[in-house]
Amino acid sequence: MSFYEKFEEVKDLPFEDMFQGVTGLDVERVLQKERLSEQDYFVLLSPAAENYLEEMAQKAHMLTKQHFGNTMQLYLPLYLSDYCVNICKYCSFSLNNDFPRRRLTMSEVEREAQVIANMGIKHIILLSGESKQHSSVDYLKECLQVLRKYFSSIGVEIQPLDQGEYEELFEHGVDGLTVYQEVYNEEIYRDIHVAGPKKNFRYRLDTPERGAKAGMRSLNVGALLGMDEWRKESYITGLHASYLQNKYLETEVGVSFPRMQPHAGSFQPKVNVTDKNLVQAMLAVRLFLPRAGVNLSTRETPELRNHLIPLGVTKMSVESSTVVGGYSEPDVTQSQFEISDDRTVKEMKELLKEKGYQPVVKDWQFI
Amino acid sequence: MKDVLTIGGKELQNRLFVGTGKFADHKNMGEALTASNSEVVTVALRRVDMEGNEEDILNDIPKHMTLMPNTSGARNAEEAVRIARLAKACGMGNWIKIEVISDHKYLLPDNEETTKATEILANEGFVVLPYMSPDLMAAKRMKDAGAAAIMPLGAPIGSNKGIRMKEMIQIMIDEMDVPIVVDAGIGKPSEAAEAMEMGADAVLVNTAIATAANPVEMAKAFDLAVKAGRIGYLSGLGPVSTKAHASSPLTGFLG
Repeated sequence: MSFYEKFEEVKDLPFEDMFQGVTGLDVERVLQKERLSEQDYFVLLSPAAENYLEEMAQKAHMLTKQHFGNTMQLYLPLYLSDYCVNICKYCSFSLNNDFPRRRLTMSEVEREAQVIANMGIKHIILLSGESKQHSSVDYLKECLQVLRKYFSSIGVEIQPLDQGEYEELFEHGVDGLTVYQEVYNEEIYRDIHVAGPKKNFRYRLDTPERGAKAGMRSLNVGALLGMDEWRKESYITGLHASYLQNKYLETEVGVSFPRMQPHAGSFQPKVNVTDKNLVQAMLAVRLFLPRAGVNLSTRETPELRNHLIPLGVTKMSVESSTVVGGYSEPDVTQSQFEISDDRTVKEMKELLKEKGYQPVVKDWQFI
Repeated sequence: MKDVLTIGGKELQNRLFVGTGKFADHKNMGEALTASNSEVVTVALRRVDMEGNEEDILNDIPKHMTLMPNTSGARNAEEAVRIARLAKACGMGNWIKIEVISDHKYLLPDNEETTKATEILANEGFVVLPYMSPDLMAAKRMKDAGAAAIMPLGAPIGSNKGIRMKEMIQIMIDEMDVPIVVDAGIGKPSEAAEAMEMGADAVLVNTAIATAANPVEMAKAFDLAVKAGRIGYLSGLGPVSTKAHASSPLTGFLG
């Protein structure tokens, strides 16, 4: 059994009609419950639930405080390479975008690590474009040797790998795996992933499971909001997270809500996902999965991020660069997507303290 | 009469143990720890900055307290053992609270793996306090493996639901001859008092203090509640009855 079977059960449901069929009374019933079923989660994503966002927010805030306390984990992305063999309509690193590509050398990796470590950050996520040649497991292992001296938790957000490859990375210090399905609609998926290994929907969908089997401590899933109807996308994302949580109990499961941002190329989001929609998606997931991590990246604006802090978020990226080499050389090459919140680690820490949160920079230890 | 709790050769006057997670800031945590009058504090090694950064959590823990590092994050015995050794290596003493959680949905402890880790670490000279799901047989195995005290959960961690496992914990209190420290689930001072009235040797409280509107005052309340519950227990609680015993309907004929 893989999540694909669950996905097949739900993918062709008449979502539009079903969401329209939810009433305010249904929402009120769900808000009374302590443990939510998949059906309850669906109810919270409906248009009817939009009238209950404040109630949902209160509950989400309370649950998050209860399970995670008054804390917020901070982390940073580190881009290693922007070589990519895929052609994807929405991504700046796409093979057909012409710009000088780059992969960090070990001394550059070290320089980036020093800059990030000096910012006081101890948890990082490594990113790269998909290229067996440029971001091979051997290259990543070399990078990890350098990075382990500086960081206490290292995650990866790279091309999907086989279980054995994840096992190798785990042994070399990687403890978390982030892989976004991008879109839980096979047709749209095939359309936007024009060429390259990423075209394989099923292989990508099963990636978090391979990571869990390889021993990863945490998994992080998400859909690129804007690719398809957001209520349906959020619903399936939540089902995916719940499936992983139930099947791999020893693994921490987190959810992200990456919203499409402007980037090089002509592709624009198909669906406009408003702030209100984003908030509803986040709150619904928190109520459905009270112990799941919820991540918030610097894609969103400072104003919105400030408001989202008490709504169930448990991890935030800060002062991020989405450019290869971007920390030690602030004005080089091309970013994967535009950052909206460029506040410094120090500024974010102060803001969190003001809001009654303890900024946590270290919450794991390589053992 | 002096009422002292001895664990691992250490004599404790105060029966409230406290945790360090979930506080809004370290300074406030330090004040709450002081206000609790507690002598034992648990801290997750995963949160400790090995490089001794000025923002490190250890800096704000009152120096007189006994550190009880915990193995939070361990998913099996092997990981718990490694974390415990790291804690000792970085100078956090030889007390260890074993926390092995292989369930991220409810965060319930894994008794079997916990027992394994207890045995290994007790043999290495640690004072081992395993956190566990209340179960008499598992507790006996942990004791045989060398546990210095047993820490059953009152309710799932962070749930603030009180002593939901009351019957199981009562049996452990009655049958075990190592100290029983009720850990997790205690949401209110009255529930801490309840555990103490049952005869628990101590309680460990974290979430209820850390996430209170005023953690310092809440820490004081827990201190008092634990003391009250203990005195209540020592004084011999009167028998509980739901009816008055005005007459003896079955034996009245005996005159």
